[in-house]
Amino acid sequence: MEIIMSILAGILFSAGVYLLLQRQLLKIVFGTALLSHGAHLLILTMGKLNRGAPPILEEGIKDYTDPLPQALILTSIVISFGVTSFLLVLAYRAYRTNKTDNMEQLRGSDHD
Amino acid sequence: MTNLIFLPILIPLIAGTMFVFFRKRLPLVRAGTQIVTILNLAVTAFVTYYVFENGTLVLQTGGWDAPYGIILVGDALAMSLILTTNIIAVAAAFYAPYSLDKGREEFYFYTFFLILIGGVSGAFLTGDIFNLFVFFEVLLMASYGLITLGGTRQQLRESIKYVLLNLFSSILFVTTVAFLYSVTGTINMAQLSVRIGHVNQTGILTTIGILFFIVFATKGALFPLYFWMPNAYTKPPAVISALFGALLTKVGIYSIIRIFTLIFNGNIDYTHTFFIVLAGFTLIFGVAGALSTNNIKLIIAYNIIPAIGFMIMGVGVFTDLSLSGSIYYLIHDMVIKAALFLLVGAVAIVAGTSDLRKISGLIKEFPFLGWMFFIAGLVLAGLPPFSGFIGKLQLLQGAFENGHYVIAIVALITSLLILISVMRIFILGFWGEGMDLPQNTRSIRPLYFPISFLLIFSIVLGVGAEWFLPYIQQIGVDLTDPSVYIDAVLKE
Repeated sequence: MEIIMSILAGILFSAGVYLLLQRQLLKIVFGTALLSHGAHLLILTMGKLNRGAPPILEEGIKDYTDPLPQALILTSIVISFGVTSFLLVLAYRAYRTNKTDNMEQLRGSDHD
Repeated sequence: MTNLIFLPILIPLIAGTMFVFFRKRLPLVRAGTQIVTILNLAVTAFVTYYVFENGTLVLQTGGWDAPYGIILVGDALAMSLILTTNIIAVAAAFYAPYSLDKGREEFYFYTFFLILIGGVSGAFLTGDIFNLFVFFEVLLMASYGLITLGGTRQQLRESIKYVLLNLFSSILFVTTVAFLYSVTGTINMAQLSVRIGHVNQTGILTTIGILFFIVFATKGALFPLYFWMPNAYTKPPAVISALFGALLTKVGIYSIIRIFTLIFNGNIDYTHTFFIVLAGFTLIFGVAGALSTNNIKLIIAYNIIPAIGFMIMGVGVFTDLSLSGSIYYLIHDMVIKAALFLLVGAVAIVAGTSDLRKISGLIKEFPFLGWMFFIAGLVLAGLPPFSGFIGKLQLLQGAFENGHYVIAIVALITSLLILISVMRIFILGFWGEGMDLPQNTRSIRPLYFPISFLLIFSIVLGVGAEWFLPYIQQIGVDLTDPSVYIDAVLKE
């Protein structure tokens, strides 16, 4: 199971990196979303996918899944949600101000 | 007593949150920020003094014992860096009201600023690798707010790249923490250090170590990952550039120092040779950038890069002498980069441009500004009575004693080129025929106070090296022996 999850995370990472290298700004934002999905799946996988009950204390259950990676993922999801929403608004503002969503045209340094 | 080390995080975060409610009352918020930063400086100075006298303070938040809860470790290294951070924060709090426009100030500048300071303090204090990630995000989110504040065309253009790059490296950070967790089963730094000695998987651990290095090198602008930095740092107003240049990249360097002295100290031959090679390229490329441009802000921003190179060189040589050189240089560089950015900001205000070809003869009108810039340039290049000299001396001594001659010679040549790059601003901008100054509506006299405050501290750090050096050398000795840190955290 870990191997399948690792391959899935790998696919998400490669798709994310491919999208990051695109010219259109929105595709790049989608790329970062895919990358963070890949990272979160990887945390879950690296915490070992043992069979067990959800980490809620109940009588008579001995095997639980590892609660720590789940807490880490939850933290990381909220943070990447915050950054992604900021990035979307920033991309919108930059599109309105610079009149382009093409990263090729956002290069160079003009002197002020 | 141990609860005290939480205050450098708590005071700015609470104050920053409070000021959200008073954003239209600028006089109140300005005065409040100045009082809060001074208070925070006083508290931090006291805690630092206490730590130097009585040893490391460890706070187990929530009362959970060390490996299970989040811990905050106030050791000598972390506390001295937080003290430096707060000195810069005081200067920035007094510089901002006289240099920013009203719109930016009203739009939560002081909130972002205080949260940035809180996040930086948290990143220095934490003893938990995932918590380090969280504090990185706290300070990065505040920096996203600051870098886009005002929303000019160029700011928006460069901040997209800044946000994207930091988002990517944060994702890489999380991934690397996941790998490390699967190998060791813990995220507490002290316990990681113990367990890494027990798992005999050098190959995987070296890979994870290099991944961490890539993450922090991106945040700290090392060769070849510095390409985003100079432009992104120079587009916002001067006080924001000063905060970024002085604090953000240095948190990356602190993390490299901490992680590679505490956790990944097993395969030194490989990783640390790698560091020295990268440090060499960082020195050369950074200073080449500083010499290549005529924009005074960009010259200072490019000068951040060789300074990072010096510090990584100290980590690469890895003796107690070279590590204490790195720490001394780190503290010196935080202060002097902030001072230089503030100085260049003042020059850009009086000249109305940051193009060096259009500025000349400023010394006739602004002699005090000119001589402050001259001293700051000498401090940066590391001339003997000043603070840059002692750090560099220890670094070079460490490099020569361990036979790293090439990097030492590269470092010496780089120092000369750094001096040339700053003195170019002084010679071309301050000497020569007087230029037609634009009619300024505001005076820059209030800006002299925070700049001279930083310069005086920088000079004391150099002239009074005899007071500071024993403490910093002790930090270097402690860093080479991770058991000091481990014993303080896991009291067994």
